[in-house]
Amino acid sequence: MSNSELLFEYLLRNGDDRVVLGQRMAEWCGKGPIIEEDLALANISLDLIGQSVLFLKYASEVEGKGRDEDALAYFRDERKYKNLLLVEQPNTDFAFTIARQFFYDCYEYYFYTELANSSDETLSAIATKSIKETIYHLRHSSEWMLRLGDGTDLSNAKLQDAVDYLWCYTAEIFEMTELDNALLADGIAVDLNKIKPLWDAKVSEILEKAKIKMPDENTYMIKGGRKGVHTEYLGHLLSEMQILTRSYPGAKW
Amino acid sequence: MVNNSIQENILELLSGISDPEIPVVSIIEMGMVRGVEFQENRPVVVITPTYSGCPAMHQIQDDIAAVLKSNGIDAEVKTRLSPPWTTDWMTEETKQKLKKYGIAPPIGFSKDLKMDLFSVIQKVNCPFCDSGETELKSEFGSTACKSYYHCNSCHQSFEYFKCH
Ligand SMILES: [Zn+2]
Repeated sequence: MSNSELLFEYLLRNGDDRVVLGQRMAEWCGKGPIIEEDLALANISLDLIGQSVLFLKYASEVEGKGRDEDALAYFRDERKYKNLLLVEQPNTDFAFTIARQFFYDCYEYYFYTELANSSDETLSAIATKSIKETIYHLRHSSEWMLRLGDGTDLSNAKLQDAVDYLWCYTAEIFEMTELDNALLADGIAVDLNKIKPLWDAKVSEILEKAKIKMPDENTYMIKGGRKGVHTEYLGHLLSEMQILTRSYPGAKW
Repeated sequence: MVNNSIQENILELLSGISDPEIPVVSIIEMGMVRGVEFQENRPVVVITPTYSGCPAMHQIQDDIAAVLKSNGIDAEVKTRLSPPWTTDWMTEETKQKLKKYGIAPPIGFSKDLKMDLFSVIQKVNCPFCDSGETELKSEFGSTACKSYYHCNSCHQSFEYFKCH
């Protein structure tokens, strides 16, 4: 792959993580447990979708084939999506949504901290801008981790279930693929090996405070999202997200 | 010289465009307009997005294009991310306008903010009765830029424009 193809792929991964998670969070709109939380989840969703636009718009420029950010989001099929498996997992219940968000926010926070030093000016600008938003997200999800984990027996059990279930999707986040290594050599990509220990430390600190047990260290880790091999959930998510644009191409309102 | 007067003219026109969500302040007062530049003598209006998820950004771009066009100005509108938008760009006068409108304005400066992962809850006075007896209900209000408070003195809910 040429350098611009590598960069394009890297931008898709990042754009896809955010548009998929943003879509998941949007599913909560109007269904939040309380009005304040409904607003919070919708706001986080909007931030993520907005950030995905930044990555996909840049991807479109790098690709230079006239596919804009909307074309990239709405007209690629499941196998062309390169997001992490973690973010496509269904909302299930509030504890599940919070655990997924916490694992992701924590990663995104350290990811942006590093990406801000990227030799690619646009990536660095996206990171510097977005990290301010991610801090709000991470605060929101960590505070809920504590409230649910250290809440009632029921909320603790539900959160423990969610953490145990989602754990198998967390190793993929830090996998250095060939693409990461190639772009890292040019100072463009983030060294995921560098942020993994920070993530580990923050996650175990919050789990401990939340009275949640660390998941089994022998958990079999599932990967594939970066290659376009997804769990059964992504196709359903995309069909809902893409149906309008595909049924009425060019629709405006 | 010619460019200078075009620049002033454009900024004057832009100061008449209000923030779609907070109609009492203009997009210039909000710090969204970074300036007017020239590319081969064609004016380029540089704007910066507030929050990534701000749904008003599209509206603002359309408003700018429409106002310039109806005044016979051929200009490009460009978005620039760096440096990232901050409430530090709001003047004291703008903050007072927000308060009059019923939104508690940003307190302090973003550059002095500690990026704590656990919120040190910002003490905000009620924009209606100035009471300090207020309570944070949610860090996310009707839009991402505001958080949601309740005043225990006048029993009015209000929004605080976060220092960002
Ligand atoms: Zn009051």
